[in-house]
Amino acid sequence: MNQQAPGKYSAGVKEYRETYWDPNYTPKDSDVLAVFKITPQAGVPREEAAAAVAAESSTGTWTTVWTDLLTDLDYYKGRAYAIEDVPGDDESYYAFIAYPMGLFEEGSVVNVFTSLVGNVFGFKAVRALRLEDVRFPLWFVATCDGPPHGIQVERDKLDKYGRPFLGCTIKPKLGLSAKNYGRAVYEALRGGLDFTKDDENVNSQPFMRWRDRFEFCQEAIEKAEKETGERKGHYLNVTAPNIEEMYKRAEFAKEIGSPIIMSDYLTLGWAAQASLSRWCRDNGMLLHVHRAMHGVIDRHPKHGINFRVLAKMLRLLGGDHLHSGTVVGKLEGDRAATLGWIDLMRDKYVKEDRSRGIFFDQDWGQMPGVLPVASGGIHVWHMPALVNIFGDDSCLQFGGGTLGHPWGNAAGAAANRVAVEACVKARNEGRDLERESKDIMTEAAKHSPELKIAMETWKEIKFEFDTVDKLDVAHR
Amino acid sequence: MSGMQDYGSRLSDPNSRKMGTFSYLPQLTPEELRKQVEYIVRKGWNPAIEHTEPENMRSNYWYMWKLPMFGETDVDAIFNEIEMCKKANPGNHVRLVGYDNFKQSQGTSMVVHRAEMTA
Repeated sequence: MNQQAPGKYSAGVKEYRETYWDPNYTPKDSDVLAVFKITPQAGVPREEAAAAVAAESSTGTWTTVWTDLLTDLDYYKGRAYAIEDVPGDDESYYAFIAYPMGLFEEGSVVNVFTSLVGNVFGFKAVRALRLEDVRFPLWFVATCDGPPHGIQVERDKLDKYGRPFLGCTIKPKLGLSAKNYGRAVYEALRGGLDFTKDDENVNSQPFMRWRDRFEFCQEAIEKAEKETGERKGHYLNVTAPNIEEMYKRAEFAKEIGSPIIMSDYLTLGWAAQASLSRWCRDNGMLLHVHRAMHGVIDRHPKHGINFRVLAKMLRLLGGDHLHSGTVVGKLEGDRAATLGWIDLMRDKYVKEDRSRGIFFDQDWGQMPGVLPVASGGIHVWHMPALVNIFGDDSCLQFGGGTLGHPWGNAAGAAANRVAVEACVKARNEGRDLERESKDIMTEAAKHSPELKIAMETWKEIKFEFDTVDKLDVAHR
Repeated sequence: MSGMQDYGSRLSDPNSRKMGTFSYLPQLTPEELRKQVEYIVRKGWNPAIEHTEPENMRSNYWYMWKLPMFGETDVDAIFNEIEMCKKANPGNHVRLVGYDNFKQSQGTSMVVHRAEMTA
């Protein structure tokens, strides 16, 4: 119902809830749905703050304007339709908001988020605001490009089935010459890894310009492929200061025969990511996606955007791999929440599941899945848990856990490869990977001196800090 | 540097060649192979057997040993087919594939017999 009486205009400031709070509204299948965690300023009623968020993230402004009467405001407005307590938190609450499809440009993730996380995040009536989840309706999913290839096509192109992919980020992050860097790549690949990776901040610095790096890495790949008979790749980072440069690097990677390139979607920008992803599909190139800056956006439990939303966003923008957290390594990641967003990356249909932080059913239609990448502070002892948590459709990346092997990268790579195959074999046999991890690894090490030494080297390393961004659960 | 081992892989040694899942483990024993066949059956995948001369192992398309065994859940029958394929192609690598028709891809593919490496 339109709050303005037909034909009459009365200037002034109204309470948001008169127009934007609608608890009787039933969301439509075509609506974009969002749930925000709101921490209001003192004295602002729940409904008013929820309505204000709905207004400021859709059609509203702070005062009534005469031009409101030139449109069907009742259609275009976002509606706060439900409010729920946040378990374990007396200060904040969840507000559910429905946005009509006509508010958004088809296929534009940029447009959706310019609305949903635009001005509203600086709005004074809320002290803090966090976008916890977004339900993208099928019409919107179908108008986005999505991953250039997806998990199954990647498997077919690389001829790798029935196990997680294995990777390794080359270290030190910065400072190696291109030729020495290529050496590190070659050693890791010949030892049995599928991929090596440029670190996110390796772009084209004076110590190693991109073109030299690309050429040496490609030689490393080709030799390792000949030597092992298996297909290999190195994520050549084409993240660049501008789009022209990004395309130039991508074209060169293709020209020399690289199967995969990489980008950093948050620092590169979403529109550039969408363009690069489309280029990758057109050119048969796999696209690995890193997430530098995500911690700025997703780590604070009361403000920002939850990573599950950033993950959904990337699936829509397009990418074949995305870093998801490891659960067990050196970087932040709650287990249940991580399981939730890796499903959102890979599956065709994901049901609402509050125990994993998923607030809405999400139908991905026919859009292919993104391969979750577990990377950061993991080593062979984590392998059983990683295979159990991530399953086959994942890429497990051991940086220090490959390069830090006492006998070097090739031995480190072989140790990881033997470990992952032993875990997959044991899982297929019906064994409990996490409970029997020690036996499984010890048996595997009997025929792999590389694994045996790796297990001795890293046996005591753990990263047991509590997670900052936890799922909301009742505290009493 | 005592105790440090060299990683002996090289272009000139055909034994350095690998072929996907389980090629970094010792050859599966018959008991171990049975369990992998059971896994494919349990997953509801369609088993298929392929083989190749070692020098042609890099091709996507190995020779199919008959058609995939659609709907076959008898572990003995699948196991026997693998044995028949091995006997009929003594110099060849043999792999077992589990076709997942819902994912429209291979759910798994594992080398179940490694022939003498010649290339």
